[in-house]
Amino acid sequence: METVFYITAGVTVISTIMVITRHNPVHALLYLVISLLSLAMIFFLLGAPFAALLEIIIYAGAIMVLFIFVIMLLNLGQETAEQEKKWLKLKVWIGPAILSAILFVQLCYLISSPEQAIYDQQIVGPEPVALSLFRVYLIGVELAAMLLMAAVVGAAHIGRHKKVVLHRFLKEEVI
Amino acid sequence: MKSTIPIEMVMLLAGLLFALGIAGVVIRKNIVFMLLSVEIMLNAAGLAFIAAGSRWSQPDGQVMFVFILAMAAAEVSIGLALILQIYHQHKSLDIDKLKEMNG
Repeated sequence: METVFYITAGVTVISTIMVITRHNPVHALLYLVISLLSLAMIFFLLGAPFAALLEIIIYAGAIMVLFIFVIMLLNLGQETAEQEKKWLKLKVWIGPAILSAILFVQLCYLISSPEQAIYDQQIVGPEPVALSLFRVYLIGVELAAMLLMAAVVGAAHIGRHKKVVLHRFLKEEVI
Repeated sequence: MKSTIPIEMVMLLAGLLFALGIAGVVIRKNIVFMLLSVEIMLNAAGLAFIAAGSRWSQPDGQVMFVFILAMAAAEVSIGLALILQIYHQHKSLDIDKLKEMNG
């Protein structure tokens, strides 16, 4: 169990590093899908099968498809990769990488507590999650529904195209 | 089922993923890659919540993960619509060209 967890964690970290260092956006997306799948495996190992299913269905299945649609719409391909190759010089990324590494070392120092807490782990299935979600956190569910509706309306409003109608005799823009 | 995955290791993995996401947001100049890195950070936060929920075998961690998922979906839809509009108006995805919000 523990060995499987360590292997999966290694896969997750390596694929995430590949995501933030690729030049081509499509390659980065494929590595991100691998990272999400291995993270779902970790959720399953932690005794949360429902969350693992949601991760695969929504993240890897819906959000990544949105990203791929946008990349196809914008025609991001070879020239974008060359542009990124120009932008990712060593002197550009070495400073922020060192600062993030310092933050990570601090976090490791905080997490490494003296006693190693080994706990008996129970599987938390979908049923207690659903009961808790629709009884205790009902207000949160309604707020999330409002947030999603606002996001749909906002995305439809932001993403619409302004039609420029030019008549032959009346040369002015009608918006 | 008894498993002995130490909570420190899971939290360490979440912290490492979060640090990688921060680094991706800071070192990239392309807006699409910055949005991808924000997604990585949200995933790391969700992993921390799930680990905490499984530590006390309570469903609250998974409930918070569901909320994070809804928030991430909303954020990605808005962000991608903004990216489309930016590309149509500026013909570029460089974040340095968008420093001044000239509209």
